[in-house]
Amino acid sequence: MSVNDFWTPFELYSFLNALFIGLSVASIWLVAALGLTIIYGTMGVINMAHGEFIMLGAFSTYVFQTQLGVPFIVCIPLAFIVVGLFGWVIERLLIRSLYNRPLDTLLATWGLSLILIQVVRLTFGAAPLYVAVPAWLDFQVDLEILHLSGLRLFIMVVAVLLVVLTWYLMYRTTWGIRVRAVMQDKEMAASFGINTDRVYSITFAYGAGLAGAAGAMFGALKTLFPDMGSGYIVEAFLVVVVGGIQLAGSVLSALILGQLNSIFSYFTNDTFARFVLFSLIVIFLRFRPQGLLTEGLKRR
Amino acid sequence: MKITRRNLIRSASVAAAAVAAPSIIRPNEARAEPWITKGGTIKVGVLFSQSGALAVVENDSAQVVQYAIDEINANGGVAGMKVEPIIIDAKSDIKVYSEKISQLILRDRVICTFGGYTSASRRAVAPIVMARDHLFYYPTCYEGRECTQNIINTGPLANQHSQDLIPFMVKNFGPKVYFVGSNYIWPKESNKNAKVWLERAGGELLGEEYVPLGGSEFAPIFNKIRQAKPDFIFSTVVGDSDIALHKQFLQEGFKADKMPIAALTTGEIEVRAMGPEAGAGHFLSAPYFQTLDTPTNQKFVENYLKSKYGGGGVTHYNMEETYLSVYVWKAGLEKALAQAGDIEAVTPRMIRDASGGIELGDDISPEGKVWIDPDNFNIWLKPKIGQCQADGQFKIVQASEKHVAPDPFSIYPDRGVCKADGLHTPDGTVQKNVL
Repeated sequence: MSVNDFWTPFELYSFLNALFIGLSVASIWLVAALGLTIIYGTMGVINMAHGEFIMLGAFSTYVFQTQLGVPFIVCIPLAFIVVGLFGWVIERLLIRSLYNRPLDTLLATWGLSLILIQVVRLTFGAAPLYVAVPAWLDFQVDLEILHLSGLRLFIMVVAVLLVVLTWYLMYRTTWGIRVRAVMQDKEMAASFGINTDRVYSITFAYGAGLAGAAGAMFGALKTLFPDMGSGYIVEAFLVVVVGGIQLAGSVLSALILGQLNSIFSYFTNDTFARFVLFSLIVIFLRFRPQGLLTEGLKRR
Repeated sequence: MKITRRNLIRSASVAAAAVAAPSIIRPNEARAEPWITKGGTIKVGVLFSQSGALAVVENDSAQVVQYAIDEINANGGVAGMKVEPIIIDAKSDIKVYSEKISQLILRDRVICTFGGYTSASRRAVAPIVMARDHLFYYPTCYEGRECTQNIINTGPLANQHSQDLIPFMVKNFGPKVYFVGSNYIWPKESNKNAKVWLERAGGELLGEEYVPLGGSEFAPIFNKIRQAKPDFIFSTVVGDSDIALHKQFLQEGFKADKMPIAALTTGEIEVRAMGPEAGAGHFLSAPYFQTLDTPTNQKFVENYLKSKYGGGGVTHYNMEETYLSVYVWKAGLEKALAQAGDIEAVTPRMIRDASGGIELGDDISPEGKVWIDPDNFNIWLKPKIGQCQADGQFKIVQASEKHVAPDPFSIYPDRGVCKADGLHTPDGTVQKNVL
């Protein structure tokens, strides 16, 4: 293998391993995009602060872990609750008054993201921090065709759990029926006695909570710093938009995009893989702007 | 005189000329206006990012400049005058660097500016500094390949940085290496230099990969590394990505004693951010480590951490190089003053020209004696190799016996030789301010 080769030579085991890495990348992107799917899909709010919700989840995990000594596995639901509550407050104070002005929610949430970044920077300083990985996740699956760290496997499992939980809430509970009714036609749902305000605030809080749980895991996998959200928001939006702004679509698009990214970067390199992937997405959206899967929902 | 239209125009144009005259003459007057006024303070610019992505490192740089200035002022200042830092936040934005350097030179009339951590910021300020014939101190490592008459550098060049590290790693771990870097100019140029040393050491390059700045997904690269089986990894990954690289190295089950990472930037600050267990066992090439066992360094570490700037709890090669730049400036100013005889006659150009050969002895420089090259105005230093220990501090495993010369064009000999007056090209011309 020579350095000057642009293409990596094919080697079966490494390639199979690249496919597993693709699954891992897909699960990370999916976890990042899940909350956004709910908020954007249900409420039509383009939440530019979603990356910062992830960042808040990571930093709250850091605080729980270092200040209070809470074990990592408990930090994830705690981050969900903390960021969910925060999202609920934000919905009450800010998003609520902007439902009829979608472009303004874009600006308002972007402004919110800048505020959050600065507040965290002033509180924790600009230096990167880290969330310690617990000892029971410090293992590697080490087969010929498969090398995966325990943490990555754990994220894949949690991603599946979160998807199942969200699916259950949306399609198997009364709350889910209400949410989907509001999604399809707000006025009609309201006239049937559904409290749309409540549905909106709980949905937003749930979406924010998902971002918080994502942040808890990303803090362990990568680095904590105030701007970390911007590293996830692009992928999250791509997954959501390509998927068609609904749950099954996001799962499908995360799988496809993560897998393509891993395969391209296996054969060429990471930089080139991104170039190819983003180009493919642009071409795809040119011919199918509604995304992979769509429900016939009324756009607000 | 009766006011006719012709008279009016004539007198108006005379009046206009009279009004305009001072501003035509003015450039000469402005040149005569001294950069340093007796009885005032000596103003210097401090242009680092205290917010944004670069703040992680540059915040410390800004603090250490202030620390050095405080130290100088406490010891009587320069030529009996106090030094006054004009501190500006560059906000990690290239546009702000170029805007604010103009403001520092034209409005604040600083005698020089300390600033920058990335080549992008240096290149943003360089054209303005050169056009105004001003003076800029770039206090950290960079790739070289430049020959300017207005910038003085106090960090290692690419040729000094990996010259010892690569042969050391090849000797101790084996010849096969994999290069991983951030995707911008410094890692690419550093890797070009490293390849030269690798070839001389009889090493073999198995692969070369770059991640976007700020990128934090290393699983695909580690997969290829697992396939290629190198003896060690040579990393020029910087900032947040560097921390992700080391953490994922650990998570992937690699061991630092089997396949260590030899880096050019993973120092005390980075290890603090990634956790010592992720840094332990890996290697760093730098002219300075906090653990350096010299009386000057012990005093520097103790005093700095005790001062109001030392809240971070560590000192770092970048901080030390920045600290040196202030003392290089002080020595240059004192030498220029001795030549000019009058502090008001000293210009940035005179300080720069006087700085060639300036030496900081063991008593000032925490890393040991260094001096400014009289030709290319980079710094002569002794590269050292440290291995990160379990406590996040580095154990120095090899220190260069001799000082290594900075050579900005070491891998581009056909471009020419950098001298004080410009780049002497092989065809006999002298090019000024080559970027």
